[in-house]
Amino acid sequence: MVSAPKKVAISRKKRQRISPLLVVIPAAALILALTYALPPFRNYQLATVGAYLCVTAGLTVLTGLNGQLSLGHGALMATGAYTLALMQNRFNLLVAGIVVAVLVTTVVGAVIGLAAARLRGPYLAGLTLAVAVVVPSIASTFDETFNSDQGLTVALEPPPDAITVEQWQAWVCWGAALVTVLLLAYLIRGRFGRDLRAVRDDETAAKLAGIGVARTQVLAFVVSAACAGLAGALFAVLAQSVSPGAFPLTLSLFLLMAIVIGGLGRLVGALIGAVLLVALPSFAQSIAESSGSVRLEGNLALTFFGVVLVVVMLAAPGGLTSLTNLRIRRKSQKGRK
Amino acid sequence: MDRFLYLTFDGLSRGAIYAAFALALVLIWRAARIVNFAQGAMAVAAAYAGYSVTNATGSYWLGFITAVAGGLLLGAAVERVVMRFVDHSSPLNGVVVALGLVLIIQGVLGMIYGNEFRPAQAPFSRDAFQIGGVALLSRYDLFVFAAVGTVVALLTLLFTRTPTGLRMRAAAFAPDVSRLLGVPVGGMLTLGWALAAAVGSLAGMLVVPTELGLHPNAMDLLFISAFTAAVLGGLDSPVGAVVGGLVVGLLLAYVSGYLGATVAPMAVLILLVVVLLGRPDGLFSKAKARTA
Repeated sequence: MVSAPKKVAISRKKRQRISPLLVVIPAAALILALTYALPPFRNYQLATVGAYLCVTAGLTVLTGLNGQLSLGHGALMATGAYTLALMQNRFNLLVAGIVVAVLVTTVVGAVIGLAAARLRGPYLAGLTLAVAVVVPSIASTFDETFNSDQGLTVALEPPPDAITVEQWQAWVCWGAALVTVLLLAYLIRGRFGRDLRAVRDDETAAKLAGIGVARTQVLAFVVSAACAGLAGALFAVLAQSVSPGAFPLTLSLFLLMAIVIGGLGRLVGALIGAVLLVALPSFAQSIAESSGSVRLEGNLALTFFGVVLVVVMLAAPGGLTSLTNLRIRRKSQKGRK
Repeated sequence: MDRFLYLTFDGLSRGAIYAAFALALVLIWRAARIVNFAQGAMAVAAAYAGYSVTNATGSYWLGFITAVAGGLLLGAAVERVVMRFVDHSSPLNGVVVALGLVLIIQGVLGMIYGNEFRPAQAPFSRDAFQIGGVALLSRYDLFVFAAVGTVVALLTLLFTRTPTGLRMRAAAFAPDVSRLLGVPVGGMLTLGWALAAAVGSLAGMLVVPTELGLHPNAMDLLFISAFTAAVLGGLDSPVGAVVGGLVVGLLLAYVSGYLGATVAPMAVLILLVVVLLGRPDGLFSKAKARTA
């Protein structure tokens, strides 16, 4: 009889044997094929999934592996999006714009992360919630730069003639998403990932093992902030405009729902969440249209996400991907007690 | 100087509302060690219920009573149906479930009432009295002070002078021992949530006439301000919540009076950061270390 903790260790080992490259390269080929097969609107949705995947992947590393709950990632996305818009309108170099957007968001994330490393549980959630609520109001305070509630339009070079705009957007978003996922996958399977989990599970033990707790927490926040900045920049490219209304508090809550339902700390879970973030509102939209009620629009998706979040947390706090894993872990916890 | 006086009274009136809302947060924190992130949404739901009754009957007071009673019921229901079944081994779980409730409540309210602002009437005039040529207080401000003062006094009486209050404190402080001594711990928890939600709904009803009107997201900023107030006073301390509420109210009044209303949310954020980093246990907390 193999003891329960050992079982977890074995199952983890099995999972880790698949190289991330072996997943990402076929995925890239699949996406490329899809962009030629799909009609423009589906391509746009596909691109949106890619953009969401950037931020959910980063957030699941922060919340799932490091145990820091951030409700401020919607605001970090807004930072990335506005930076890209300002860069594009001045220089019109997309790659440079995205890089600067990521860098600026990383710096902002480092500032929040420095504060966050000293906070736990509800205090951290409250602070990041405040960031998510307050940041959109900055746009109206400095309205010469950010143009208040109307926001900014994003100037973009048209793509080559051979492909549609939506196809090009899908390439950009998925290119960024796959690189992000690849980097994160290598990052969390190495020493950094072990540190993250150690700090999440027991700070004192982690400290005794020589892990810098605060350093690890700030780094986790910085990494996930960079991902959020990238996602924000991609959203600006997708919508070709940025406005405070595009980054409300509910966006941050949606991101949380996405990573919780997919399974906290799993990159596969982040993908499931990103797909649901696009599929569910579109599904709810079609229901609202067929019923002809204006009020259902948007609100149906909101309610649905809320119900999913509550039910998943009550029934399976590990999310969909970890239902089997959870049972083993519960057993091992009982064994320890 | 006149302006300063006017802003001070305005700030105290706002602060009284924040104090009531912060008190609701503190009540639940003391009873269950959960910061109820759904408090704002629950207060909005109660306010909408009051709004419907006021519209149907034409009486503000019937609506007011409906809102507070609705909050009471909603709080009990949330605890009994959802929060009781949350796995509290990680402090994240309670927060995530509360945020799920926020989405549900806002979605359902949006479906029923739509996402536009609905102007809410005030029971008293909001025009300020002139005292010595200076506009100081309105009738509505006096009503706010009276309502919040009554709530604080009643809660103090309940917790310090009645057997039920003693049981509630015992159930929160040492649940296992209390259960052995015959205190219905689960029932006390439900009662705590119901009371807190009722106080939150009262604060919501008070704040709505001073804002743009009713909206599913109307209480987001109120929640942030009240959370800041509660943290400023120490999440464990009811006295701290009241003082914290008044401080936050004054700060907001001065900042929006002298620097502009759009700067006010940022001032709250800055205050929250300063308090969390400088004195995270709050001004009035006796606890030595924060564990959750």
